[in-house]
Amino acid sequence: MTDILMPALSPTMEEGTLTKWHVKAGDVVKAGDVIAEIETDKATMEVEAVDEGEIAEILVAEGSENVKVNAVIARLAGEDGGAAKASSPAPEPKAAETSVTQDGGAAASGSGDPEKKDVTAAAPAPKTELKDPEIPADAKLVKTTIRDALRDAMAEEMRRDEAVFLMGEEVAQYQGAYKVSRELLQEFGDRRVIDTPITEYGFAGVGVGAAMSGLKPIVEFMTFNFAMQAIDHIINSAAKTLYMSGGQIRAPIVFRGPNGAASRVAAQHSQDYSSWYANVPGLKVITPYDAADAKGLLKAAIRDPNPVVFLEHEMMYGLEFDVPEGDYVLPIGKAKVRREGIDVTVTAHSRMVGFALQAAEQLAGEGISVEVVDLRTLRPLDHETIVKSVKKTNRLVSAEEGWGPMGVGAEVVARVIEHAFDYLDAPPLRVHQEDVPLPYAANLEALSLPGTDKIIKAVRAVLA
Amino acid sequence: MARAAQKTSDSKASAKIPNAPTATKEELLAYYREMVLIRRFEERAGQLYGMGLIGGFCHLYIGQEAVAVGVQASVKQGHDKIITGYRDHGHMLAAGMDPKEVMAELTGRIGGSSKGKGGSMHMFDVPTGFYGGHGIVGAQVALGTGLAFAGKYRGDDSVAFVYFGDGAANQGQVYESFNMAQLWKLPAIYIIENNQYAMGTSIERSSSTTELYMRGSSFGIPGEQVDGMDVLAVKDAVERAVKRARAGEGPFILEVKTYRYRGHSMSDPAKYRTKEEVDEVKKTRDPIEHVKMLLDQAKASADEIKAIDDEIKSIVAEAVQFAQESPEPDPSELYTDVYVEAAQ
Repeated sequence: MTDILMPALSPTMEEGTLTKWHVKAGDVVKAGDVIAEIETDKATMEVEAVDEGEIAEILVAEGSENVKVNAVIARLAGEDGGAAKASSPAPEPKAAETSVTQDGGAAASGSGDPEKKDVTAAAPAPKTELKDPEIPADAKLVKTTIRDALRDAMAEEMRRDEAVFLMGEEVAQYQGAYKVSRELLQEFGDRRVIDTPITEYGFAGVGVGAAMSGLKPIVEFMTFNFAMQAIDHIINSAAKTLYMSGGQIRAPIVFRGPNGAASRVAAQHSQDYSSWYANVPGLKVITPYDAADAKGLLKAAIRDPNPVVFLEHEMMYGLEFDVPEGDYVLPIGKAKVRREGIDVTVTAHSRMVGFALQAAEQLAGEGISVEVVDLRTLRPLDHETIVKSVKKTNRLVSAEEGWGPMGVGAEVVARVIEHAFDYLDAPPLRVHQEDVPLPYAANLEALSLPGTDKIIKAVRAVLA
Repeated sequence: MARAAQKTSDSKASAKIPNAPTATKEELLAYYREMVLIRRFEERAGQLYGMGLIGGFCHLYIGQEAVAVGVQASVKQGHDKIITGYRDHGHMLAAGMDPKEVMAELTGRIGGSSKGKGGSMHMFDVPTGFYGGHGIVGAQVALGTGLAFAGKYRGDDSVAFVYFGDGAANQGQVYESFNMAQLWKLPAIYIIENNQYAMGTSIERSSSTTELYMRGSSFGIPGEQVDGMDVLAVKDAVERAVKRARAGEGPFILEVKTYRYRGHSMSDPAKYRTKEEVDEVKKTRDPIEHVKMLLDQAKASADEIKAIDDEIKSIVAEAVQFAQESPEPDPSELYTDVYVEAAQ
C-alpha cells in the first residue's frame, strides 16, 4: 500500500483545494494518468499518478479546502508494493521540523520553508496591536488576502481613472503570475490590461514614456529581481526627468511586484531591493506589511504624480488581514506603530514586520516590552515616528530582509544617531540577511535569512 | 506582412531625377531658414563652449540639419511627440523651441528650458511636443515607443517621432521596442540618423550589418534608406511613413544617411577620420548648400536669402545675449522639482 500525498505545486504553496478526483476506489491507474485536480490561490493543476496500481481508498473528498501539503489524500495498492506517489512539479521536503536553535541566531529547521511558522503565526494580529489610526472606528472590516487587496486597489483606481492601465508579463490572460491581477482583464479588456513580451527593459521604458505623456501606468514585474534589467528606466528615465526638465515632465507611474526572498529559489530570485530604490531622489518607495496597507498605499501610489516603486512580498500574498471597505487611501510617508512598548524600539518593513510582532509577543512573556514601528514607506522615510519611539524606549533594533551593509537599517540607525543620540542607552543593532548570496539548500537558506529568532536575539543584546 | 525594406533616393541627384520630391519656393525658404538657424546656433554654442560658458558635454548637430527639418515638416505641432538622444539641439530648434531658452539651458541659467538643471542633453518642451533630450544611449527608443503607445491608447491619431543614431541602433532595448511597436501596431516613426560614427567607432567597426533600415525586418517593420543631406528626400519619406502610422498600420524605420561635421562632442578631436573625408562631405553634400541650389532653381532672389541670413544672425545673437545675461538658478532651486507635490 502506498500513500498518495497532497503535492506542493509551487515553492511557496502550503495548502490547497482538492477540486476534483478523476478516479475512484477500485480504478486501476498507470503512471502519467491524471488522477485529480488541485487548486491553489495561484492556479489549478492536474495531479498525475507516478506509479501503477489500484486505488485502494480516497481519503480526502473532492471539494475539500485547505488540504495541507503532504497530507495523505489517497492510498494506492501497488502490484509490486512499490512507492506510488502523486507527482509534484515543485516538491518541497516536509520532514518534521526540528527544534529551533538559538546559537546560530537563525531558525534552522529541517523544513523547506524555515520561516513558515513565523508567517502563519504573524497572520492573526497580536492582541496588543494598536488600532490603525487611519481606519475610521465605524469602518466595516473585510478579511482580505494581500493578493486581493492589491487587485482591489488596482481595479478601483482603474474604474476611477481612465488613464490608469496595467502592463507586465502574464498580467492579462494568465491572470498574473501570482494571480494579483485576477479578473482585471475580464473587467477592463486588453486595452488596459496588457500582456507584454519578456522584455523588462523595453516595457519599463514604454511605461515611462506613456507616463511622460500623461497616462498612469502600473508596471508589474514578475519579481523585482527581473527589474534589474529595467532599473535604468526606473532611475534614469522615471526618477530624474522631473528635475532635469525643470518641473515640466512628470512620470506618474507605479512599478510593482514581489521583492525579496521567496522560498528555495536561490540567489537570483531572492534579492531585497529596498535600499537600492530608497537611495534615489525622485522615487517614492513603499513596502507594505498587511493587506489594509497594501490596498491603501497602492491606491495612494497610483494617484501620486511621482514614480513609485511598490515592493510586495511573495510569501505574504496569501495572508489574510482586515481591510476597511470602501475607498481606503493611506498617506505615503507615514510609519505606523504596530505595537506599543517601552523597553526597545524595533523598526521593520514588509514581511519583517510580522517577525518583529512575533518577537515582541514572545519577549512580552519574558517581561520585555517591545515597540514595533512599521516603516511602511522607505522614501520618504518617516524618521519622526522612529525618533519619537526611540526617545521613549532609548534602544533600537532595525530589522530588514536584505543585506546589512549600506542598507535600510544603516539609514535608520544614522537618522536616530543624528536626531536622538543623547537618548540612546545602548548601541543600536541591525538584523538583516547574512552577507552572502541567498543559498538554495534549505538549512543554509534558513541560516541566511533573518527571522523572529534573530530579532529576539538582537533585542536581548541591546538590553543586556 | 513584412513588406520588403526599400532603398530610395540616390545621395546627390535627387533634385535632378524626374520623380524627385518637389517643394514650393516658400517651403524651401522655410526649410532654409530652419537649417541655417540650427547651423548658426550650433556654431555659437561651440564658441560659448570654448569660452567656458557652456560646461559638460556638448554634442553639435552641424551637418545633420536636413534631417530634423525634413522630419519636422510632417509633425503636427502640439499633437505629435518628438524624442531624441543627447545630440538634441537641432531637434529642439526644428520643433519650435525658443532659441533663447535652449541657449540659456546650455549656459546653465534660470532662463533655460529646464531652469538650468538639465543642460545640453536634457531639455523638454511640452507645448511643441518635444519629450527630450535623453542622455542614456537608446533609452529614448523605449520611451518614444511609450509615447506612441499613449497615442494609440488615447486613440488620438498622434505619431511619435523617435530619433536615434547608428550607435544606439545596436542597443538591446531598441529591439525590445521594435517588437512591441509592431506587435501592438504603435504609431512610431523610428528615425535612425546614421552619421557613420558612434562616437569614435565607425559603423563598419561596430555593426555586423550596416544597412540599418533593415533592422526591423525580423519584426516585420518596413524600412527605407534616405539621403539625410537632402531635406526634400527626408520630408518625402517621412510623409509616407506618417501616413501609414496615422492610418493604424504601425511603426516604420527610416535610416537617414547623414554626417556630422564636428567631433562627437566638443572634447573629441575626431582623429578616427581624415580631414579629407570631412572636407569632401562639406564640399559635395552639404545640406544647406543643397537647399540653396534648390532655391536657385526655384528662382529665389539673393535678397530673399540674405534677409533670412540676417534674421537668423540676430535671433542667434539675441539668444547668446540672453544666455549670458540670464542669472544662474537661485540656490533655492536646488530642492525644487525633485517631486511633484501630490494634490490628494
